[in-house]
Amino acid sequence: MPASIPQYVTEAITGPLTDPPGVKLRKEGLTVNHPVVFVPGIVTGGLELWEGHQCAEGLFRKRLWGGSFGELYKRPLCWAQHMSLDNETGLDPPGIRVRPVSGLVAADYFAAGYFVWAVLIANLAQIGYEEKTMYMAAYDWRLSFQNTEVRDQTLSRIKSNIELMVATNGGKKVVVIPHSMGVLYFLHFMKWVEAPPPMGGGGGSEWCAKHIKAVMNIGGPFLGVPKSVSGLFSVEARDIAIARTFAPGFLDKDVFGLQTFQHLMRMTRTWDSTMSMIPKGGETIWGGLDWSPEGSSFNCGAKTLRNNSINNTDQIPNINLANMKNVNYGRIISFGKDVAEAHSSKIGRVDLLHGVYMIIVDQQGSMKADMLTNLTNCDIWIEYHDIGDHRIKAVADYKVYTAGSILDLLHFVSPKLMARGGAHFSYGIADNLDDPKYQHYKYWSNPLETKLPDAPDMEIYSMYGVGIPTERAYVYKVTTATDCSIPFQIDTSAEGGSEDSCLKGGVFSADGDETVPVLSAGLMAAKGWRGKTRFNPSGIPTYIREYSHAPPANLLEGRGTQSGAHVDIMGNFALIEDVIRVAAGATGKELGEDHVYSDIFKWAERINLQL
Amino acid sequence: MASVLRFRKLCYVESAVKCTSVGYESFEIDEKLDEKEEDVLSANNFALEINKKRKQPKRQPKEWRCLDSCCWIIGYLCTTWWLLLFCYHCLPVTLLRVPELPGPGVRLKREGLTALHPVVLVPGIVTGGLELWEGRPCADGLFRKRLWGGGSFTQIFKRPLCLLEHLSLHYETGLDPQGIRVRAVPGLVGADYFAPGYFVWAVLIENLAKIGYEGKNLHMAAYDWRLSFQNTEIRDHALTRLKSKIELMYISNGYKKVVAVPHSMGVIYFLHFLKWVETPPPMGGGGGPGWCAKHIKAVMNIGPAFLGVPKAVSNLFSAEGKDVSYIRAMAPGVFDSEILGLQTFERVMRMARTWDSIVSLLPKGGEVIWGNMDRSPEEGHVCDFSKKSHSKTSLTTNNVNNSDVKRGFLVKDLANYGRIISFGKPASVLHSSKLPTADSKEFSRTSTSENFNNFSCGEAWTEYDEMSRQSIQNVAADKAYTTTTLLDLLRFVAPKMMRRAEAHFSHGIAENLDDPKYNHYKYWSNPLETKLSDAPDMEIYCMYGVGIPTERSYVYKLSPNSRCKSIPYQIDNSVHGEDGSCLKGGVYFADGDESVPVLSAGFMCAKGWRGRTRFNPSGIATYIREYRHKPPTSLMEGRGIESGSHVDIMGNFALIEDIMRVAAGATGDEIGGDQIHSDIIKMSERINLGL
Repeated sequence: MPASIPQYVTEAITGPLTDPPGVKLRKEGLTVNHPVVFVPGIVTGGLELWEGHQCAEGLFRKRLWGGSFGELYKRPLCWAQHMSLDNETGLDPPGIRVRPVSGLVAADYFAAGYFVWAVLIANLAQIGYEEKTMYMAAYDWRLSFQNTEVRDQTLSRIKSNIELMVATNGGKKVVVIPHSMGVLYFLHFMKWVEAPPPMGGGGGSEWCAKHIKAVMNIGGPFLGVPKSVSGLFSVEARDIAIARTFAPGFLDKDVFGLQTFQHLMRMTRTWDSTMSMIPKGGETIWGGLDWSPEGSSFNCGAKTLRNNSINNTDQIPNINLANMKNVNYGRIISFGKDVAEAHSSKIGRVDLLHGVYMIIVDQQGSMKADMLTNLTNCDIWIEYHDIGDHRIKAVADYKVYTAGSILDLLHFVSPKLMARGGAHFSYGIADNLDDPKYQHYKYWSNPLETKLPDAPDMEIYSMYGVGIPTERAYVYKVTTATDCSIPFQIDTSAEGGSEDSCLKGGVFSADGDETVPVLSAGLMAAKGWRGKTRFNPSGIPTYIREYSHAPPANLLEGRGTQSGAHVDIMGNFALIEDVIRVAAGATGKELGEDHVYSDIFKWAERINLQL
Repeated sequence: MASVLRFRKLCYVESAVKCTSVGYESFEIDEKLDEKEEDVLSANNFALEINKKRKQPKRQPKEWRCLDSCCWIIGYLCTTWWLLLFCYHCLPVTLLRVPELPGPGVRLKREGLTALHPVVLVPGIVTGGLELWEGRPCADGLFRKRLWGGGSFTQIFKRPLCLLEHLSLHYETGLDPQGIRVRAVPGLVGADYFAPGYFVWAVLIENLAKIGYEGKNLHMAAYDWRLSFQNTEIRDHALTRLKSKIELMYISNGYKKVVAVPHSMGVIYFLHFLKWVETPPPMGGGGGPGWCAKHIKAVMNIGPAFLGVPKAVSNLFSAEGKDVSYIRAMAPGVFDSEILGLQTFERVMRMARTWDSIVSLLPKGGEVIWGNMDRSPEEGHVCDFSKKSHSKTSLTTNNVNNSDVKRGFLVKDLANYGRIISFGKPASVLHSSKLPTADSKEFSRTSTSENFNNFSCGEAWTEYDEMSRQSIQNVAADKAYTTTTLLDLLRFVAPKMMRRAEAHFSHGIAENLDDPKYNHYKYWSNPLETKLSDAPDMEIYCMYGVGIPTERSYVYKLSPNSRCKSIPYQIDNSVHGEDGSCLKGGVYFADGDESVPVLSAGFMCAKGWRGRTRFNPSGIATYIREYRHKPPTSLMEGRGIESGSHVDIMGNFALIEDIMRVAAGATGDEIGGDQIHSDIIKMSERINLGL
């Protein structure tokens, strides 16, 4: 059997294909210039087993994550056990060592046929790139960033590899291409490498200037993603936890008493890295109870429109009008649809702290009893079982949470997780960046609490897809179900009025790339780092490159050559062309500087961030 | 999957033919077929349903046509296949797995050993994987797919010529041909398995992992084994990468020195690296004279080919290496007989001759080491062929044979190992005074162009085509060649290859090691022409298998085939010695590990570097660890846990234990110093090398 449909068949059906960017640019005469470093994101990197329990016998150096996911089906419990980290330390549990796959194979394909970096690699190879000029900075994406260094010395390895590539390629600086969470990871790396040991890598204050030509962030969640909130809160993120898609629907109903969800939740909650993507900057960035930077400007009907036909373009104005109803994106979690839409003054909120206080004063004895029964009932322990019904009620009574209060909420429902994560990540905005406390590594991955390195010749690109409705806020309800289930659920019955409403199935959508909202991906390049600001003291030039999403025209195109979706954008020809041009030596100016479809600049103006 | 599809297609054709020719009868046959299928399925309800449906056409036999039955067959096949697959995946994994013998890793972990020194693995020739980065149209769709090693060799069968073309290097430069980039597969996957199920490093890696090794302290120094060693640096920066990796591992593992474990050709590659790293740029890595002392604890050479292997000679001379070139095994016998006119051997030979690295394996040290016309250091070796065909002999007879070896019995014709190539059996046995001397001056090439019209009769070009028939016969005329004259012979039959390769390798013995010419990289991989680095705390181990007959010298003949493009020489496999003789099928055997003779593997550790010598000025400690070969006693053992053969030794538990102990911090004396089964000490004494 041929591995894929031969090209001439495809061409017979769709007409002649355009040259892939690699071939096209080679004809233009582009060749290898700067070495390239890939930094994969969360979930997409492969993980393999180095030491395991009895149940995982024979899986030595086999992929647990990525590849075929065969083991997930064969022995799901064993798999979840091995993928989990230690609940207290966020490192390996005793007797288990799961390590990232190294080399380009780590993240070229996520599963068989589902490319991540493979298309980009193939196109770079067309103009002469190979192993010695390409490097995949694979890391264990489950760990907090600093722990990858503590456990695996990953940051040191990346540093050493970049230095090696610069040295062996005649002093040419590297072009770094982080994707998704890799963006934050590399931000952390740039701070780490210049910080003095033992906390940092001791590269000195000029390391970035000497070694890095450009950082080309693809779909970067600089300021976090709302999805991670729902992921942590109730494991309901649409695809942050891709694991969920692998657990077929019938497992949801606990037919086999397997409690799949609880297992998954317990597993993902041991991963510190998920906490790196909690929305940062609080209400200043993400909007308060009654305002949000996006306002109502995004047309949520756009996607269906573009999908169906182009003939309907004359209808767009009408739809826009119909859609003018105000969306309160600022309220990241609301309990009940009416609460989500009402004005803040009309919502009667019971104070969260008051609720806590009540519980503590309220019969402590009965609460302990609750816990005990819960523990005996449920095989799997998750922190929800600790908190008891009263707290759950208190959470729901508070009704509305903004990006600021979301942190309190998470602290409230899963104190241990947040305590562990709080040691590695921070979500605020710095008042004074020269405060010595900001030298701690927990601030390094938050662009609002760090300065960029002193490297005026470096370039920072924000490249992301636009035109896909992206999760931005949620409507929740309390589940009435059994003891052992997760007490909160997205209220999928909450629908907006019209077909084009941004509220669908309990989720408010905004413009973005299906995972990361434009706000998070573009704000730093549009405002926070634009020109000389306090976050960017040396004035590193920033460029925004947006790619408007166009779904694949037919099945033969696979996942599309003009896609703007979070992972599929890695096969977007325009993006690949940009990357290759920069790798071959072009500057941001030569590329055409900003390339914007969304209203990111308008939104940025509305955000009152001190620069 | 493909095979099933093909099978299905066959069924389809078969039944269709029957339908048209036999008409109504075919209906019955198909019915029977169907019933057989039903048996398979009878267990499940699904089949019952189908049965119900099938009754309908029976009532109306006119409408039951051949097409229908075909469809049913296909349907049944699909379902059975799917069911089988499903069952297979449902089975608990432990049922299907052959229970593995607990390796030494588990035991040593219980003893309390943990990972201490980072480990660098250096693979040998052939075993490393190669993948395609840029190719010609015929290799479409193979981007970053393995051309060599690792996966299956299916591509070799599908498009052999295309593959040979891509695996060849440029004949003049020894680098990439225009438009083709084939690169080594990096990382542990580069050489853990050579083919599915055929481990190389996998067992060692698994055992090391048991005591805590993982990606950060275990590194596979993959390199393109086709290139000459210095060219791996020029093209891929492989040496620089290795240096940087070792430095990184040294620092990030708490300043613990590295234990290097090279195998086969990796041994001389690493030797080259040790010289390269301390040499100032641009030729070297600029690590400075203390680099090895600072970064390397021990070099544990497995199956080291320090002084070359005779196999490389036959491989270059006539593409007949017994298994250094695995390719031959891959090319099925059909090709041998030239039915298809594919000239497989010529093509393979042409490819192998573009690989500089094979030249690095030619015997080094000339007659001093390998013996001259009438004497050789191994004299008196007793051969025992029953061991070679160990698959046939039962365990008991094998034991008897083993004890026989110990007792030793007299052999009538002693092998003249020194004559690496002799033409005809007499030339290999007669005393040298009775032989015409091989005068190297004869090899002055006389008009090469006289046979140029030969070019019309085939595409596969080898340098033999440029030789005149006369000179081919001159080479053969009842002559014997020693290791020294052999080089002249090769220079004569393949001048271009030798010119290219000899810029990178040298095969002599240094008179004066302080001669500045020895600073050139071409001497770095020859232990007889370099000094070891100044690192008195370093340890060098020579670990190899013994007790397997190993190719040592050859009896050749002119090939009867006078067709213009065939290789003019071939091993005369009709020549046999008497019982107990070391000559069999035109090959003289000596003790070794099936690829590398003991002499080559052990001599440097036994004599050349032992104590303070001119080759080892700082007195680096050397240890010889020999492992007596024992074939696997049962199927369960797979390729054996006490094997001593060249590649299988990587699964030898005793060897793995030694490596693990050293990696966990033990010194050579703590693991027991020398462990010798062969006559290597005696052989070394016979070699008259100025130290």
